[in-house]
Amino acid sequence: MLHDDSAALDNPASGGRLSRRRLLRIGAVGAVGSAAAAALAACGESQVVTVEKIVTQTEIKEVPVEKIVTQTVVKEVAVEKVVPQTVVKEVPVDRVVEKVVTVEKMMAPKQQTVTVYSGRSESLVAPVLAQFGEISGVDVQIKYAGTPALAATLLEEGSNSPADLFYAQDPGGLGAVEPLFAPLPQDILERSPEWGRHDGGLWTGVTGRARTVVYNNQKFTEADLPDDMFGFHDAAWKGRIGWAPTNGSYQAMVTGMRAVWGEDRTAEWLEGIKANEPIEFPKNTPQVAAAAAGEIDVGFVNHYYLHRFMSEQGESFNARNYHVRGGGPGALIMVSGAGVLASAANPEPAQALIRFLLSDVGQSYFVSNTFEYPMAPGVKTHPGVTPLDTINRPDIEPVELTDLQGTQDLLRRLEILP
Amino acid sequence: MASVPTVETFPRSFIPRRSPPVGLTLLAVAVTALLVLPVIYLGIRSFDSGTEAWQLLARPRIAAVIGRSLLLVVSVTVLATALAVPIAWLLTRTDLPRRGWWTVVMALPLVVPSFIYALVAGTALGPRGLVQKALEGPFGVSEIPNLYGFPAALLALALLTYPYVLLPTMAALRRLDPALDEVSRCLGRGALRTFATVTIPALRPAIAAGALLAALYTLSDFGAVSLLRFETFTAAIFVQYESAYSRSAAAALSLVLVAAAIAIVTLETRSRGRSLHHSLGPGANREFRPLPLRRWRWPAVAGLSLVTFATTVGPGAVLLYWLVRGLAAGEELLELVEPLVNSVGVSLLAAGILLAVAIPLGVLLVRYPSPMARLLERGSYVGFALPGITVAIAFIFFGINVVRPLYQTLVLLLAAYIVLFLPATLGAVRSGLLQVDPRTEEAARTLGKTPRQVLWRVTIPALRGSLAAGAAMAFLLVMKELPAALLLGPIGFRTLATVTWAAADEAFFAQAASSSLLLIVVASLPLALILARRGTSGILRASG
Repeated sequence: MLHDDSAALDNPASGGRLSRRRLLRIGAVGAVGSAAAAALAACGESQVVTVEKIVTQTEIKEVPVEKIVTQTVVKEVAVEKVVPQTVVKEVPVDRVVEKVVTVEKMMAPKQQTVTVYSGRSESLVAPVLAQFGEISGVDVQIKYAGTPALAATLLEEGSNSPADLFYAQDPGGLGAVEPLFAPLPQDILERSPEWGRHDGGLWTGVTGRARTVVYNNQKFTEADLPDDMFGFHDAAWKGRIGWAPTNGSYQAMVTGMRAVWGEDRTAEWLEGIKANEPIEFPKNTPQVAAAAAGEIDVGFVNHYYLHRFMSEQGESFNARNYHVRGGGPGALIMVSGAGVLASAANPEPAQALIRFLLSDVGQSYFVSNTFEYPMAPGVKTHPGVTPLDTINRPDIEPVELTDLQGTQDLLRRLEILP
Repeated sequence: MASVPTVETFPRSFIPRRSPPVGLTLLAVAVTALLVLPVIYLGIRSFDSGTEAWQLLARPRIAAVIGRSLLLVVSVTVLATALAVPIAWLLTRTDLPRRGWWTVVMALPLVVPSFIYALVAGTALGPRGLVQKALEGPFGVSEIPNLYGFPAALLALALLTYPYVLLPTMAALRRLDPALDEVSRCLGRGALRTFATVTIPALRPAIAAGALLAALYTLSDFGAVSLLRFETFTAAIFVQYESAYSRSAAAALSLVLVAAAIAIVTLETRSRGRSLHHSLGPGANREFRPLPLRRWRWPAVAGLSLVTFATTVGPGAVLLYWLVRGLAAGEELLELVEPLVNSVGVSLLAAGILLAVAIPLGVLLVRYPSPMARLLERGSYVGFALPGITVAIAFIFFGINVVRPLYQTLVLLLAAYIVLFLPATLGAVRSGLLQVDPRTEEAARTLGKTPRQVLWRVTIPALRGSLAAGAAMAFLLVMKELPAALLLGPIGFRTLATVTWAAADEAFFAQAASSSLLLIVVASLPLALILARRGTSGILRASG
């Protein structure tokens, strides 16, 4: 048994970014879970319970969420028999943690796998996906690429796709593959607000991101910035604006404008900005950098990039976000989200993964690591991020954000897109 | 050329027509079939939404971006060639100190992913970038010229692509009979004039093969031009994939790129001339006596240092700065062992396969010229000119529909690498073969060797330098390749290039820095091994 254990230890589904300490912590969470599971399954539970105590004292303190994790594990993992008590008994605490997890994995009747196509970057989501693998025992296989590239891949693959789950960066990506999704169970859908999921239940938002105006805070305070998006038509902004017309979230913003303002007024806004000779960027991040450097004064971006920059460069990073106080489509909230494919070979673990992402544990991960807005009720927004309820966001159905064709046609007609 | 006695210049029709061995023909057919896969896919896809996709093309903005793409292609090619040829000469013909070391360093830009280079260049040289900040304090410089747009794209791409010209040119220079130069010098021409009027014409096939790669790489690039804010035709293609989710429009636009590539390749083959360049006399070429640089020694070193600074040392310093800054802020780094092993493994494998394919195909092209062979050669460049994502999606289409068991396996990925990178290796082999006198091979035949023995004992040893150049290019290209590795690799397949992209895309600068620095360092090791063995010029000596 011990011999086999060490072989299993070599096979962690660890996402690259996990430090050893963090792995241990996750392992500890898993240990509590499996210990609890074992307690349920077994009659002679005394020794196992002892382990739970020790582990709780030494490792769990910093993890505020053990309850939910315990639930997840108990529900999802088929731990067949009692965890062999000899193993548990004789090794020091920090070893126990890993042993218990691996033992539990080995005893699962058959290894469950789930294949994820992740249009969200490995740097952002690998830890949370690995965490799901650790505590559920499911072997998580992930293909990372850009959301559009993976959407194209899924469309080419059709029903032959090896993927079970598509995790996309934006509603456009989810909309593009909508016909390939199967409806999600109600308990998953109920975790996110109505505005953050597909109205037919084909996909759900996992996190929210706000469209915002990033500005150089050495030159301006929020009070200097116009009340609404039309304020940027002022000639004072000539040559000082950044935008990224080819970018998916920029186009989602324009789609939102068309939904709220209608075609004509959207065209008017676009033409007015175009007359101010905005500097064109390929995506959000270089705009945030350019605003901080003072190359541009303002840029239309998503909110979380600023926080990413600040976590590497600190408070002296000279840019901040401004959520237009007049509201409207300039203060749009979009989602990243996920759906399970109708052709999925492993729909249950795929759903379990989404359930985990929307659990308090999963949502807390995003709040503190990617600075996005939680979808699930009761999870607090990151203290450094503008609270969602203070943003004057427009009332737009997510389905309205998937009409990309109309937006592209408009942007082409105005010679903004090639 | 007529004044140089040891070169024969004769029209192609003098070459006795022979039919190639069956095996060679079969290989050529198989490879051609592979090469046309993406084009077939693009054809199918571009018409599946009727003519809508094609209407996109009939717009003035499209004509403008095509014009800009072509302007960039021509300028980059000229500048890259102007950089590469003198550097090749310095590295092969002179007594420049530490030539082996410089050879590796000068080839390194091939491994720098263009999106990382553009990101770093923008951070350093952009308005209020690192350089301006550094100058602001001591010198009060408040504004540096804004290079964004055409100048930045031109400089960046020329600096990234000159090694495509450098490597085959150096290989050709090493093989060139020194007697050529010496005769010219004896007849009173100076070193520079000899270089311009004797050496360069003899190098033309190698230079042209490299310049073609530089041109087509420029045509296909998106990473650098988008970040450096010069809108080219690939931008129009990426908009279709990235924000319109329209595969058919992207396919229609990609077909335009295919047409442009074929036009450029045809232009190159026309300009190649009809001459062959190999020494006539029997026996081996002597080793070159390096030309003493004397007082030009340090200016030459300074010039190479400047190029190195712009391509690797400067960006390396910025990356290091990002890494240190990130670590100080408590950034966690990615685990890089597995990506490293994957990167090196797949690059070595691909380089080996590309060589194994390119050698026989090179023999076919040079020794058995035929319309079919010419078609194959021109067709081989199409994959190189297409954005990687287009080729990758074409392979997804065929993988899932035709060869399902191979889908998302290394086999399919390696097949895609043949399509993407064959011309880099084939061009080097082909230009090398042009310099090998077929009569040496024939002599070996008359001495009782079979064609296969001739290939192994005569041709391949004579080509060693070119093979090294071709393998090095293939290795480095695969090392930094992104879309195919992401989309076609086995699930969970991570390489240094993919983790670098994942990090850079979300502004994880410290992570991106760690993996790209590792990429550059690791790529230079095998490069050193391949290139440090200086190619020998003597056919007979090499064959024993």
